[in-house]
Amino acid sequence: MSGVEGYMYPNEITLYWSVLIVLYPYITGLVAGAFILASLERIFNVEAVKPTYRLALLTALSFLIVAPLPLQLHLGHPERSPEMYFTPHATSAMAMFGFVYLWYLMAVLVFEIWLDYRKDIVLLSQSTTGLKRILYRIMTLGSSNISPRSLAIDRKVGWIVTLVGIPSAFILHGYVGFIFGSLKSNPWWDSPLMPVVFIFSAMVSGIAAVLLLYMLTAKLRNQPIDMPCVDTVAMYLFYIFILDFSLEMLDLIHRIYEADESFRSLNFMVHTKLYFSQIVLQLCIGTLVPILLLAIVQVTHLSATIRKRIYVLSGCLVQVGVFAMRWNVVIGGQLFSKSFLGYTTYKVGLVTREGLLVAIFLSILPLAILSGLLKLLPPWPKDEQNLVEAAATHTP
Amino acid sequence: MSRFKDAGHLFRFAFLFVVAFAVFLVVRHFVVPRSFGEYGHYRGAAIGEIAAHPIHFAGHQACEACHADIADTKKAGKHATVNCEACHGPLANHAADPSIQPAKLDTAVLCIRCHAASAAKPKDFPQVDAEQHSSGVACETCHQPHSPAIQAGGAK
Amino acid sequence: MKIDRRHFLVMLPAAAIAWKYLLAGTPEASPNYTMTDHWWSMLIDIPKCIGCGNCVRACAVENDVPDGHFRTWVERYLVTDWHMENPEVVSPDGGKEGFSAAPAEENGKYFFVPKLCNHCADSPCTQVCPVGATFIAPDGVVLVDQTYCLGCAYCVQACPYGCRYIHPEKRVADKCTLCYHRITKGLKPACVENCPTGARQLVDLKDPYDPIHAFLKTHYVQVLKPQMATGAKVFYNEMDGSVR
Repeated sequence: MSGVEGYMYPNEITLYWSVLIVLYPYITGLVAGAFILASLERIFNVEAVKPTYRLALLTALSFLIVAPLPLQLHLGHPERSPEMYFTPHATSAMAMFGFVYLWYLMAVLVFEIWLDYRKDIVLLSQSTTGLKRILYRIMTLGSSNISPRSLAIDRKVGWIVTLVGIPSAFILHGYVGFIFGSLKSNPWWDSPLMPVVFIFSAMVSGIAAVLLLYMLTAKLRNQPIDMPCVDTVAMYLFYIFILDFSLEMLDLIHRIYEADESFRSLNFMVHTKLYFSQIVLQLCIGTLVPILLLAIVQVTHLSATIRKRIYVLSGCLVQVGVFAMRWNVVIGGQLFSKSFLGYTTYKVGLVTREGLLVAIFLSILPLAILSGLLKLLPPWPKDEQNLVEAAATHTP
Repeated sequence: MSRFKDAGHLFRFAFLFVVAFAVFLVVRHFVVPRSFGEYGHYRGAAIGEIAAHPIHFAGHQACEACHADIADTKKAGKHATVNCEACHGPLANHAADPSIQPAKLDTAVLCIRCHAASAAKPKDFPQVDAEQHSSGVACETCHQPHSPAIQAGGAK
Repeated sequence: MKIDRRHFLVMLPAAAIAWKYLLAGTPEASPNYTMTDHWWSMLIDIPKCIGCGNCVRACAVENDVPDGHFRTWVERYLVTDWHMENPEVVSPDGGKEGFSAAPAEENGKYFFVPKLCNHCADSPCTQVCPVGATFIAPDGVVLVDQTYCLGCAYCVQACPYGCRYIHPEKRVADKCTLCYHRITKGLKPACVENCPTGARQLVDLKDPYDPIHAFLKTHYVQVLKPQMATGAKVFYNEMDGSVR
């Protein structure tokens, strides 16, 4: 059989979890990370990151909308996926996906965004015309009460929602790690650290993504970048990255030192089939280089221009590194035989249902949704000022 | 009272949730298969459906119902543990309708499948290098498949 | 063979009726089959296996197993004296067409290991199924409800033995059913029926007269990967420690 070295159990030669399953933890990771960043401002009162608050929420929402699509497309029978809601199997980590997802989407993200934007929505529903007006009208749910008292209630409830949202974000992504980490059949996945590593790498990728998006949108709108804001975000990124890196190294060192029955086989895989994606991309380019870059910013006094460039570069490298990490977990876990005697090869199709084109499309889709959301619910504080005036002139 | 009024929009949001949950429960009631949960967290009827799959190998009991004489020969010989369809192939259709004739067998292929010599086979299992052993002479010239030990006077 | 005409005419209706009866039954409908009276499993007698591949072929015919996928397969091990942890294993096309002649090996031993679903009592595959499309039937057989399976392949990942695959046309999980359609009608699974040496035996642990009980008392028997603690029920007689 082509692509097989050594001995694979005959049913192991085909990989069943494709690049789409790589994309899925990557996307949910961005959601969780972006939300954690938003909660920094809300719960931990980090005023400096305020300019990213709404952007982070909208980023989380647009990626969360796309998150289940790769799963759907990978299913043999997507039309049967509602069974997960109707007859969820209590012992299955995957069965909980639907509920965690819906909870997080509706009770946390949509609710929090709605509460935060309610004033804007009401004002917009009064200042716009035509189809847009109808849309905003629907979004007000028929209540145009924006009295100071109602807004005060919104703020309080919003705070509670964010408080609930942090563990929810941890659960959303931690359970993705649990799906892999809880399988005793697969030594590459089987680790109690898996959910924790997933959460921390999620925070890293999500915070980096919001940082990039913030700088990009500022550039596109010809607005100055709020340097204290990006500096603070980059600082948090750096510290969480250090934690993430330590956890991953702990996992690695533990595996190397323990050297259990699977070690020889997995070690060989990392040095051959996974060498580029694991050692080069994930470890060197995607982790060590950005940590070093961010560390340099922390300990030196660089000009704003250089800092911005470093943030953009390390933000991009972080995305590469975290995506490579998801790839190495998902694909790497299927390349070796559970007999520890051989290896297979994963060939990515280009235009197949689970192929590269679909994966690229699914990676761009959240950005398209985000640009739509940014138009519908502009997160920029300046526009808010104009809104009130516009609404005042429109209302008879 | 006015506090309620200022929180009115929250109740509207909550109401959407309640409606969605109610719709979910109603739909769930109709789409979950009737036999789900009969024995456990699965569709009980599935067991019967799987058990109803078509049979291809009739099993030696079915063969012996008609071919008792051959069964007796076989039981007395070295091939006692070899069931009919191991060589003759799947014959459930023949068992259901004896007018369907089974295909003729080729001993040149069949015997060698088991008896070709290999260092990997158990040592006490009879195995031959076909070329050396019979130099092309068909197996059944000497060995009667249903009782393969060579009797005085050769086959039959 | 010769059956005289009278014999044939007498036997024909009897055989046909017996056969029809056999085909008709479903476990619920059949008065002879009560699920809770059985606890099915299998015994593999490694020293008896000659690697002919009859079981793999029979299984493929009986269960319409797609090419390149296996509900059962046979592995040939070569363990040399210094390489207990690194046996040389081959299974060309799952052993479906048998194995080519092996050269004599001075420093090692050969043996064949037939594999199939272990019908685990604490099966990791049924644990992870998100919708209850795979389950342990009350008679101990692990089955897949192919009209309910999503095809998510989580069970494939969860099986430590590589016994599951996604059916390429049906796009659902597929695996050994222990020929459930046969054992519920008193027949042997296709692999057992067609094994020429009796290396595979169907076992009913709840049947007090099953020879397995005597066998287990007098032989040294293992299951695959006991460290997985899956409650595997396929017993291997005289299995070498290098088998995984």
